[in-house]
Amino acid sequence: MKPGFSKRVTSMPDNDNSNWTMEIRSRSGWFDINLSELWRYRDLILLFVRRDFVAYYKQTVLGPLWFLLQPLFTTVVFTIIFSRIAQIPTDGLPPFLFYMSGTVAWTYFASCMTQTSNTFITNAGIFGKVYFPRLVVPIAVVISNLIAFAIQFGLFLAFLCYFYLTGADIHPNGWLLLVPLLLVQMAALGLGMGILISSMTTKYRDLVMALGFGVQLWMYATPIVYPLSQIPAQWQWLFALNPMTAIIETFRYAFLGSGAIQPWVLGVSLTMTILILAVGIVMFSRVEKTFMDTI
Amino acid sequence: MSDVVIRVENLCKEYRLGTISHGTLYQDLQSGWAKLRRKEDPNARIGSINQEQLNNTSDRFCALKDVTFDVRQGEVVGIIGRNGAGKSTLLKIISRVTAPTKGTIKIKGRVASLLEVGTGFHPELTGRENIFLNGAILGMHKGEIEQKFDEIVAFSEIDKFIDTPVKRYSSGMYVRLAFAVAAHLEPEILVVDEVLAVGDAQFQKKCLGKMGEVAKEGRTVLFVSHNMAAITSLCSRVILIEEGKLKRDGKGSSIVSEYLSVSRSIPKSNSLINHPNRTKGYRELLTFFLIDNDKPVAYFGEPLVIKIGYNFPDIIAVPQFVISFHNLSGMKVFTIISDYQTNDIPASLHGKGEITCRILCLPLMPGDYFINLQLWQPGQKLDEIENVTEIQVEWVNRNIGQFNWDSGMGVIYVDADWHWRRE
Repeated sequence: MKPGFSKRVTSMPDNDNSNWTMEIRSRSGWFDINLSELWRYRDLILLFVRRDFVAYYKQTVLGPLWFLLQPLFTTVVFTIIFSRIAQIPTDGLPPFLFYMSGTVAWTYFASCMTQTSNTFITNAGIFGKVYFPRLVVPIAVVISNLIAFAIQFGLFLAFLCYFYLTGADIHPNGWLLLVPLLLVQMAALGLGMGILISSMTTKYRDLVMALGFGVQLWMYATPIVYPLSQIPAQWQWLFALNPMTAIIETFRYAFLGSGAIQPWVLGVSLTMTILILAVGIVMFSRVEKTFMDTI
Repeated sequence: MSDVVIRVENLCKEYRLGTISHGTLYQDLQSGWAKLRRKEDPNARIGSINQEQLNNTSDRFCALKDVTFDVRQGEVVGIIGRNGAGKSTLLKIISRVTAPTKGTIKIKGRVASLLEVGTGFHPELTGRENIFLNGAILGMHKGEIEQKFDEIVAFSEIDKFIDTPVKRYSSGMYVRLAFAVAAHLEPEILVVDEVLAVGDAQFQKKCLGKMGEVAKEGRTVLFVSHNMAAITSLCSRVILIEEGKLKRDGKGSSIVSEYLSVSRSIPKSNSLINHPNRTKGYRELLTFFLIDNDKPVAYFGEPLVIKIGYNFPDIIAVPQFVISFHNLSGMKVFTIISDYQTNDIPASLHGKGEITCRILCLPLMPGDYFINLQLWQPGQKLDEIENVTEIQVEWVNRNIGQFNWDSGMGVIYVDADWHWRRE
């Protein structure tokens, strides 16, 4: 027995067999996230998903129809501006499908990120009164956005079928098997960025303002309105650093059969995602214990 | 002896007061940049010589200082103390809403904390959906809620409206539903804040009744309240916290009476010579005392003795001493007038003297009140001191509170005889 340990035991009363279920102490350690506890609260995650969804469309006139209108309008606008007016090439793909694939995927990521980024501020009321693992809330947001994504993805599939049957030059291929993984990666990246930002917004409220602007910039830095093949070779590495580049390009390649992805870009993207998620969780778990004192 | 289920060791909680950072990223970066270049911080408050030093001394506030205690299985522990003593901070740390600065709490078993009823209720969701959501937030599993669902609905008495969005509920229904969910939690350890004790008297009674039930089932309860009657009737043990420190720990009634007599002290004597609320020009009344059996505390239903010292340089014919009691919303609750109520005071007064007024049975419900003092001659006000003192009326230490009189029933208590006769 180590000397330090024995000393600790003797300082406690005899009847204490020290099988405490929980120990509350000041924040310590960099990565004390309790996954089993998170699993215990899985019912709460699902109930939050349900609440978000029900509350969202109970307050709107058109309900879930909004989920369809939004990518449809964006795609139409992009087609007119970037394809017709600016005449940016689309790798020989039908411009409508090209923009829609990018928009649908991007929307999922962007809404995951923006909606998780104000976790602490919008939930301060609940967080101040009761404890549950705080990660429950951003995870629920990511899942409830999946519902919106499914609806929009369905719309995209419908157009894809239409174009395919009318003989457009598109080639869905074996990369389709990667699509579920891409989705997980987008969720992880959106969650990671969102909780990273939410940890910082408890201290710097003005980050919320910068976020809307930042998301827009990020979108233009991602090959959504233009194909990656248009980027000069000496700048390709810069685009590879953006984890969304590989996701969007792979997503598009899987369904439409045209694009410029290299395996190493995917590797970089995956590494970046894991890194961002890890940093996000560390920051989040540090902030979650004491943010009630500062907010 | 039963097991220790909560062990609090050397618990400290420190808050930093004032601004922690400048609030915006830009200003923080600016300050950081200035520090890097060893220039003056452009955002430093003018006059503060050393920001660092300032932060270390005056900007910190200890809400809890080195608190240590054990709670055993099945104990019902009341936590009392003045506002700001640190009771709520302690509950917040035990329920893991915030983390301590130093020290540990070890807990055996599942904790449910009720710092508020209806946490997380969403107005758009129906009663049924909110039961599940709120239950899950409080830590119940879906299966548990399903099992108790009928019980919860029956307890809340809103079964007809269970599929109506709660935004259409009356506030009473809302609170009933919220409490019904909370009441059906079955944790080993229950942490309850006095927030529960808001609402109408019937609701309070229901809350306290449920708490008593929980305690009888052998579960451990931590209970913060200002309702001393509830504390004495429910709690086997009371912890008194004063300025963040654990002051006393022991049997309920003795600590409650100590707390009432010491920490609620009203100054025994108030010199009126330089009283800030005196209407200028009058200088007749000198002192004002509140005396209650040597303990300067005002108790509901008990006598309250007031003494007024005077010094009249000129002869005052037919003096009237007028004392009125006001509640905090400014309503005059009652007035007592010497001339109307006694013949003991001579028709003319001169020089120094003292008037004693004894209220036989203070009818004020517990709460805060203030007293106005006036001196009149028929048709003429000679002296007036508004808010000469504030008093806090408390429950008497005897257990009148089992009937749950509360300020929601009005400001005063009226004694009544009730008779019954069979037809």
